[in-house]
Amino acid sequence: MSELTLVQAVNDGLRVAMKEDESVLVLGQDVGPKGGVFLATDGLHAEFGEDRCFDTPLSEDGIVGVGIGMAMNGMKPVCEIQFQDFIFPAFDQIVSEAAKMRYRSGGQYTVPMVIRTPYGGGIRGGLYHSQSGEAYFAHTPGLKVVIPSNPYDAKGLLIAAIQDPDPVLFMEPKALYRAFRQEVPDGLYTVPLSTTATVVEGEDCVVYCWGAMVPVCKTAAERVSESRGKSIRVVDLRTLMPLDEEAVIQATRECGRVVVVQEAPRFCGYASEISAILAENAVDSLEAPIQRVTGFDTPFPNTLENYYIPDARRVVDAIEQVLDY
Amino acid sequence: MSDLLQIIDREGNKVGTVPRVKKEVFLNMYRAMVRTRAFDDRCMKLQRTGKVGFSVPNRGIEAVSVGAAAALDISKDWVAPHYRDFGIMLYHGVSPERMMDTMFGNEADSAVGRQMPVHFSFRKPLNFLSISSPLGTQVPQAVGIAMAMKTRGEDGAVLTTFGDGSTSASGFHSGMNWAGVFNSPTVFLCQNNQWAISCPSEQQTKSSSYAIKGEAYGVPGVRVDGNDVLAMYRAVSQAVKRARAGDGPTLIEAVTFRMGGHSTSDDPTKYVDPELVTYWEQRDPIVRFSAFLHAEGILNEAADATLREEAKDEMLTAARAAEAKPVPVLTSVFEDVFEETPAHLKKQSAFCVDHYSSRGEGVNEKGEFPL
Ligand SMILES: Cc1ncc(C[n+]2csc(CCOP(=O)(O)OP(=O)(O)O)c2C)c(N)n1
Ligand SMILES: [Mg+2]
Repeated sequence: MSELTLVQAVNDGLRVAMKEDESVLVLGQDVGPKGGVFLATDGLHAEFGEDRCFDTPLSEDGIVGVGIGMAMNGMKPVCEIQFQDFIFPAFDQIVSEAAKMRYRSGGQYTVPMVIRTPYGGGIRGGLYHSQSGEAYFAHTPGLKVVIPSNPYDAKGLLIAAIQDPDPVLFMEPKALYRAFRQEVPDGLYTVPLSTTATVVEGEDCVVYCWGAMVPVCKTAAERVSESRGKSIRVVDLRTLMPLDEEAVIQATRECGRVVVVQEAPRFCGYASEISAILAENAVDSLEAPIQRVTGFDTPFPNTLENYYIPDARRVVDAIEQVLDY
Repeated sequence: MSDLLQIIDREGNKVGTVPRVKKEVFLNMYRAMVRTRAFDDRCMKLQRTGKVGFSVPNRGIEAVSVGAAAALDISKDWVAPHYRDFGIMLYHGVSPERMMDTMFGNEADSAVGRQMPVHFSFRKPLNFLSISSPLGTQVPQAVGIAMAMKTRGEDGAVLTTFGDGSTSASGFHSGMNWAGVFNSPTVFLCQNNQWAISCPSEQQTKSSSYAIKGEAYGVPGVRVDGNDVLAMYRAVSQAVKRARAGDGPTLIEAVTFRMGGHSTSDDPTKYVDPELVTYWEQRDPIVRFSAFLHAEGILNEAADATLREEAKDEMLTAARAAEAKPVPVLTSVFEDVFEETPAHLKKQSAFCVDHYSSRGEGVNEKGEFPL
């Protein structure tokens, strides 16, 4: 066991996966000697050498396209996109190629590849170092989307993603990279994809969230428990695609009141999908309309970012609203 | 480097034909270089003291921006810049206070505090396009602006700047290709400062130079000593002249060196050989141009010292003025998404104002940025 931050857990997960399987390799901008701009790949270049951890030219379509080629030919590439905001030059390779390869070749070619990328706000990064683009990707058939919220899950989910036979977009909440430490087992372990985690127990209302919103929702749940004497469940979805729908429907049936929280803009966000699933499958157990707490439908601002990102008070208000309905 | 255009060597001696311009033009260039360094130094201090979240060092590349800027006629030419180009704005009369407003992201910021520091955008006194973080995106846009000029029969040119690393991004390639095909009046200026964050130029390309990349697109390429402001001025002037005459685009590679970190969040001592830094320190563009101006009798010690002091004071005053201004109003977050704010955004704006005004909590106005 070691006490690690989330970014250290990612680093440890990469190291363990690379030790475990020689076909695992890491590529991206500044991932080599510098160890990545957030130090997620710190020390890997020194330990595994240039062939297993290397800097690339500045083209995301190249990083992902080359990664796809390697993956189709026996390697397990872990591509780093420096910020999720810079993934769009690779959108074609991800959406048209990686995600559709298995399907369009009748399973003859597959892309066991991970794309890691830091996402989300809270670091004064303005429009292009802050976005939460999970909905674009969860909307893409053939692509898995995983978002950890703590060091333990980050390592276990990352190793599971690397072992997975399909392409996985692994989005890391950069606001939580160094926010807190947690006990993380040494060596190999996995957290299975497509499983949710109940991070706070409760039965009067359930809050669904992922990534950087998880600590915000935990704080909000605790506040409402104290002020109202109600118990608020917080469920971390962890894998957005493929989602464990049954777990979400079940928790909704048990709690009857739902709040869904995301940092991304509201319109067509992932929270909308959760709301739709529940409207179709659990409307008979709902005792109040579902509430979404989200970022606004504007580009991500800089100076006023703290007013953009959902905070605990906005989540508290939403929980109280569904409780009081 | 025999294929490198140079007019003054590192001691300031003439080794090429000096452009025939008025003394004032030399002095304007020199002043802009000194002010660029002063602005850069002030921004670094503001970041170190936690007053602004981020800056991008411009030390060492002043001649690239200023030499290029001096070759433009801003009554008709446009600039589609990357972020390491303070000198273009300062040469053409953007006031340091307006630039500082962007550094602070305050209420007076032309980008209304929406962008990170250093991501300037100005419509006056010159068309200096809004800087984008995603690299290379400005390059095809510059070609489009130039094609619009051509379509209307105007004789303007567009200068687009980008780093050595950005030549790997697809925007560079589509922009160059289109400019070749449509013979657009575009000047492509690659600031080869030898680094893309921690990645050296050799990792970026196997080409023998960046200038040579023009050949494949039918765009003439020239390599210039980027620490020689007169060589920069000459190369960009010639490219602009070609563009105006309808002879099409030019690719200019300015060979220089990033004398600081990539940004205030980067520690270059982890990956840059100190001997390389010493080598380039001896080629400082300001020292060199100053020596030339002294030798030519255009500037004397006393005037030089005054000019440097004035530049420092000017930047300090600008920073203080910008610091004193308040942050943008909350409703500004919801404006300029569209020309007309749609109903759902009006609703979100009202919600946001209501939520936070009932809270009485201040904003964290400053912040750190990790890259
Ligand atoms: C499309 C894209 N990918 C990655 C980044 C992250 N990034 C910011 S600056 C930079 C290096 C740029 O190097 P270069 O083009 O040489 O410009 P310089 O910083 O040297 O002026 C990188 C990789 C980005 N901004 N945009
Ligand atoms: Mg560079």
